[in-house]
Amino acid sequence: MTSGFTRESVAQISEFQNEPPWMLERRIQAFQIFEQLPLPKTNDESWRRTDIRGLNLEQFQLVTSNKSQTNGRYSELFSGVEEQENSGLIVQNDVSVIHSTLSDFLINKGVYFSGFKTALDERPDLLENYLCQTIQSTENKFNAMHNAFLQSGYVLYVPKGVVIDFPLRVIVSLSGESTADFSHTLIIADDESQVTILEEHLSVDQQGQGLHCGGVEIFLGRNAFVNYAQVQNWNKKVWNFSTQRAKLERGANLRWITTSLGSRLSKLDQLVEMNGEGSHADLLGLTATHARQHIDIHTYQKHAVSNSTSNLLYRNVLKDRSRTVWRGMIEVDKGAQKIDSYQQNDNLILSKRARADTIPGLEILADDVRCTHGATAGKIDQEQVFYLMSRGLSYNQAEQTIVNGFFESVLQRIPLEYLRNQLQKSIVGKLQLN
Amino acid sequence: MSDNLVINNLRVNVAGGEILKGLSLSVKSGEIHALMGPNGCGKSTLANALMGHPNYNVDSGSVTLNEIDVLELGPDERAKLGLFLAFQYPTAIPGVTLANFLRMAVSAVRIVDGNDAATTSLVPMREFRKELRGKMEELGVDDSFARRYLNDGLSGGEKKRAEVLQLAMLEPKIAILDETDSGLDIDAIKVVGESVNQLVGPNLGVLIITHYPRLLNYIKPHFVHVILDGRIVESGGWELAERLEAEGYDAIREKHGVEFVQQTDPKLDAPIQI
Repeated sequence: MTSGFTRESVAQISEFQNEPPWMLERRIQAFQIFEQLPLPKTNDESWRRTDIRGLNLEQFQLVTSNKSQTNGRYSELFSGVEEQENSGLIVQNDVSVIHSTLSDFLINKGVYFSGFKTALDERPDLLENYLCQTIQSTENKFNAMHNAFLQSGYVLYVPKGVVIDFPLRVIVSLSGESTADFSHTLIIADDESQVTILEEHLSVDQQGQGLHCGGVEIFLGRNAFVNYAQVQNWNKKVWNFSTQRAKLERGANLRWITTSLGSRLSKLDQLVEMNGEGSHADLLGLTATHARQHIDIHTYQKHAVSNSTSNLLYRNVLKDRSRTVWRGMIEVDKGAQKIDSYQQNDNLILSKRARADTIPGLEILADDVRCTHGATAGKIDQEQVFYLMSRGLSYNQAEQTIVNGFFESVLQRIPLEYLRNQLQKSIVGKLQLN
Repeated sequence: MSDNLVINNLRVNVAGGEILKGLSLSVKSGEIHALMGPNGCGKSTLANALMGHPNYNVDSGSVTLNEIDVLELGPDERAKLGLFLAFQYPTAIPGVTLANFLRMAVSAVRIVDGNDAATTSLVPMREFRKELRGKMEELGVDDSFARRYLNDGLSGGEKKRAEVLQLAMLEPKIAILDETDSGLDIDAIKVVGESVNQLVGPNLGVLIITHYPRLLNYIKPHFVHVILDGRIVESGGWELAERLEAEGYDAIREKHGVEFVQQTDPKLDAPIQI
């Protein structure tokens, strides 16, 4: 372990990962930008509602030495997570992969699914072409930091025409005190392929603080179909920053489900680019906050070409003194006609001291498009509570029933039963916390 | 054991305005009472106050069920005690299926101790499904009903049938039907009336609150009461309902010297189709 996000640390990481020279070069480039950029302040429009003055980077430590990798231990840490037939599972703890499997059936079809470090060894071609292509260091200090220090996460490549029926699962976990984690998700779904990924971010220990400065990149080839669900369930001492990008080629279809349950503070920046005609993205979001949690999500639906569609529904439930921010943007580029694009954010506020900001936005440079947005924020309806209580439910049960119903309209858009059930389980677990 | 709901000299205000002005009534198991009156006389106020709606404030008087003070209890505890209200306007709960909700409700009223979300054990799924299916069949309710969201996107008639289905599943001691016929066409009233008729028996006391005597053609009450300006002004048997049908409320109003008071409740009766 070493503290200090220094150039020496960059070199150390690169050396212990035994990286190709291009990777070190990229890191150093990103590091130089990291050094120059200040931490974002609230006078920056996209950080106006998220104050990170309480964040002290010096408190967090990089992992720069090899930790022992214990196979099988994951089952003790994460009961209920099992390997499934014809599927794959990667479990990562404090930046080390402690379990990684992919069924022979999928290996034989040419699927590649592996932790970042192994991928760097085995498939440097994939990484050199795709890694961090969409995460610009110059955009903000966290992006630069991610690009300079990333050392974990996973790579998934699904070859042309390969259809994976059962969801692949990934667990990214933190257990060490003050660990800084820069996990990266790289998903490349080649033409005509289909895959579902369920990725969970968890804390093993509810006390240890941590920093996650992550990145997600999803590339969908022509007519590829990807379901990607990320469940962020860190403990309440973890700072979570994540830049997430998806690019869709012609006819590609992405269903992206973002579940934000944990962390002390979370800032998520999500961009989906419809770059090919006939491409479509469904963006679903479920956020539940309590205590003094702060979750800020920025979504961006970019339509670069004609005849592409997207549909966003984010729903937040807030308790206690928690706060959520949702800022959405639909951009339709000049000449991109026949666009259908929607965004909707609804907030259910369960306490007087919770606060939800919802800011939809449109930027349309074409004339033959249909884009709409909507936003709501409201308290729980006391008539609904009375109705349920008149049938014998306690106030808490009534409230929970209404909240479940509120999330159900998001979940019902997920036609995959296994995935829906897993998400439901995580949400129920969260809502039972008080 | 015979159950007995006793309402004694009940006074209730809504947002400071007194609506019930000393209403007394008692309903025993096996009895069917009809409470009739024009709009704005306090019928729905009685229903809501009996069930414990927070906007209906009891100023004085008492309500007991088997000598237990009902007014001290929250709506959920009243339900567990055996009170049931079939709503005039059932509230929609989007995203919650009737079956899931009913399983929670049935579990809550049957398993009286430990009513917290985290601790309540639910009645076994298999057992519950069997029972629900049975009741739905008896009442002639379509199977798909169970999977639909609670009162969400249902027609007026479907909502009332859902209320009756809940009544059948929860097996209360005393059921209050608030304007169950409002907004229904004559065919729907027949269906709902016949369903309720299947449920009445020696173990259930029923209070039917209604403006029109139409529903009473299907569920014949033993007792009929007329409410005007927050009080019961006349009680009798079936002949009283017949008299109302023939003469309307004006004759009774004149007899008791009650000025016509416009309904203060902003909810208007849904249109009546005959």
